[in-house]
Amino acid sequence: MATVDIKNMEVVYERPKTLINKITTYCPGCTHGTAHRLVAEVIDEMGLSDTTIGVASVGCSAFSYDYFDCDFVAAPHGRAPAMATGIKRVKPDRIVFTYQGDGDMISIGTGEIVAAAARGENITVIFINNANYGMTGGQMAPTTLPDMKTTSSPHGRDVKKMGYPIRASELLSTLDGASYIVRRSLHDAKNIRKAKKAIRMAFETQVRGLGFSMVELLSTCPTNWHLTPTDASNWLEERMVPYYPIGDYKVHPVLNEIKI
Amino acid sequence: MPLKGTIIVDENLCKACELCIEACPQHVIALDDEKITPRGFHPAYLAEDGCTGCGICALVCPEAAITVYREKPARK
Amino acid sequence: MTREFWKGNEAFAEAAVRAGLQAYFGYPITPQTEALEYMSHRMPELGRPFLQAESELGAINMVYGAACTGARVMTSTSGPGTSLMVEGLSYIAATEVPMVLVDVVRGGPGLGNIVPSQQDYNQMVHGGGHGDYHQIVLAPASVQETVDITYNMFDLAEKYLTIGVVMIDGSIGQMMEPAEMPPMLEIRKDIPDWAVRGGKGNNRRVKTSIYFAAEDMEKTNLRMMRRWQQIVKNEIRYKEYFMDGAKIAVVGYGSAGRIALSAVRTARSQGLPVGLIRPISLSPFPKQLISEIAEQVDSILVVEMNTGMMLDDVLCAVQGKTHVEFYGRSGGVIPFPGEILKEIERISKKPKKDGRHPRDLWLERMESISV
Repeated sequence: MATVDIKNMEVVYERPKTLINKITTYCPGCTHGTAHRLVAEVIDEMGLSDTTIGVASVGCSAFSYDYFDCDFVAAPHGRAPAMATGIKRVKPDRIVFTYQGDGDMISIGTGEIVAAAARGENITVIFINNANYGMTGGQMAPTTLPDMKTTSSPHGRDVKKMGYPIRASELLSTLDGASYIVRRSLHDAKNIRKAKKAIRMAFETQVRGLGFSMVELLSTCPTNWHLTPTDASNWLEERMVPYYPIGDYKVHPVLNEIKI
Repeated sequence: MPLKGTIIVDENLCKACELCIEACPQHVIALDDEKITPRGFHPAYLAEDGCTGCGICALVCPEAAITVYREKPARK
Repeated sequence: MTREFWKGNEAFAEAAVRAGLQAYFGYPITPQTEALEYMSHRMPELGRPFLQAESELGAINMVYGAACTGARVMTSTSGPGTSLMVEGLSYIAATEVPMVLVDVVRGGPGLGNIVPSQQDYNQMVHGGGHGDYHQIVLAPASVQETVDITYNMFDLAEKYLTIGVVMIDGSIGQMMEPAEMPPMLEIRKDIPDWAVRGGKGNNRRVKTSIYFAAEDMEKTNLRMMRRWQQIVKNEIRYKEYFMDGAKIAVVGYGSAGRIALSAVRTARSQGLPVGLIRPISLSPFPKQLISEIAEQVDSILVVEMNTGMMLDDVLCAVQGKTHVEFYGRSGGVIPFPGEILKEIERISKKPKKDGRHPRDLWLERMESISV
């Protein structure tokens, strides 16, 4: 075991304060944890923990309110954008973000997310895309890839019967009300760094009152994909990134001026 | 000569997912077979010399279980 | 037919398939998701439509569409999903087309949890959707009963052009028990004379729940009520245990009734004159039976996994003719037989007869649980 004396060392990285110091109930290697960490880092860096109200949704995300050191509400399945709207309209000086999975946001919640983005609601949506319904055991989601096997598409997603996946970032970016819609990935260190910058930009969008912001984060689900965390990250890069290209789909011109 | 670094993994948080082991460019992290955490995992730890304090392990850790240290650069 | 080990959720799915189910539309929600997953391979295997909808709202409206074509169609869900479906149920009821819903009940209200309760009683039995309509609600207490009731429910729904709800506690959906499957029926080939199918001129049919003229809406309501009267006359179901010479009657349905049966057996072995009534049809409710029992016994103990919903129906049927008490656990807490036995023993020694509502008395006894 290598031991080094930390007395004369500086801290390069430590756990963000806004992330409550407890082990999560997420599966080992699940990038929900990574996404939580990045959001917490951004809240720390922008000094927003006293003014932030989070909106949890239904899925593995339901537990998100156990891990952030800020106020939170828990929305019914798919309704987080509506709850966030309710909060932001009565408390416009608070920073309001939703934390939603793919089944929640773009299956049952399609009505609410489209309406919130179209209204240009000044909220931030953190959208976790892991191509299945994780919490309930791995059923097909709107983001499940063609031919992908899930517990409700046991022979693989047949696009003729079950249709094609939905690319939420592309879809929502067509709305005039949307101000910052980007897709990033959490499959390796380089992409995680970029994801953090995007989350920062999304919160900046809200702080500057520029409108609706969303960061779609391609994420792993090792348990329901039946892969190790490392293999799941590789699968994400090989299979999901080609279908869900990483990129900026809508960027308010003012945001281009900001240097982080 | 790269700076020396080290990491401390919080055993109450580590779930042995091995993402840090895979990501470490120096390949100095391993799971500690001699230990079991309260949750039943073999936690990750710095198994060999060579850590440069690059922080990539902490970047990929889903539990934010890793604190990264690096020696202060020498001042003239 | 052989008896096999079946998980409740998969058992009702297979039973429906054998009853000639023509389409299944559903959505994941614990504790019934296994039914969706089972249907996702069983229905395509038989060349029948299966679809996971975008939400429960989507699912019930898909069911509505298919039901208008006269197809045997069903969906399954749990509390939060049932709440989303009740708009659709009101439409389906008013359009007078048949369908089957299986509600696998979890703890609540709100998102609640995924453990079993009987929280959906009022919603399913006394309404849920807007308007004057009644749906058949049958509550099995075992996997075999679930199979038999689900299999039969399609005939009932079609006979009376009504909604048939099989309401099972989450425990029944999740448990595995030996059960025998009924024979596989063929898919019906005929189309009912009210169903949409392609027609024009004098031949065309419109299925709607819109009746702009109040008199027409009233006629619809009366028509539905008259059919409901027939259902009340013909479809009451219940089971009685140890009621001979009983002076205390325990009334419980589903898992609560099953657990109470254990307590009643033990009480009888101790010489206490207690019996059990297990209603199977909750809607229509066995009012007449309860009214008659009230004349026989000194006390009735209603046991439920909620804060007293069937209790109100029992009180209504009893009409003050006998003393009624209540014992309930809610939120997903399942009572042990010992708890119910303690209540039976207490009531047999000294029932609490101070004129207060049984729910208030029960809340007082629950004071040991600080909130």
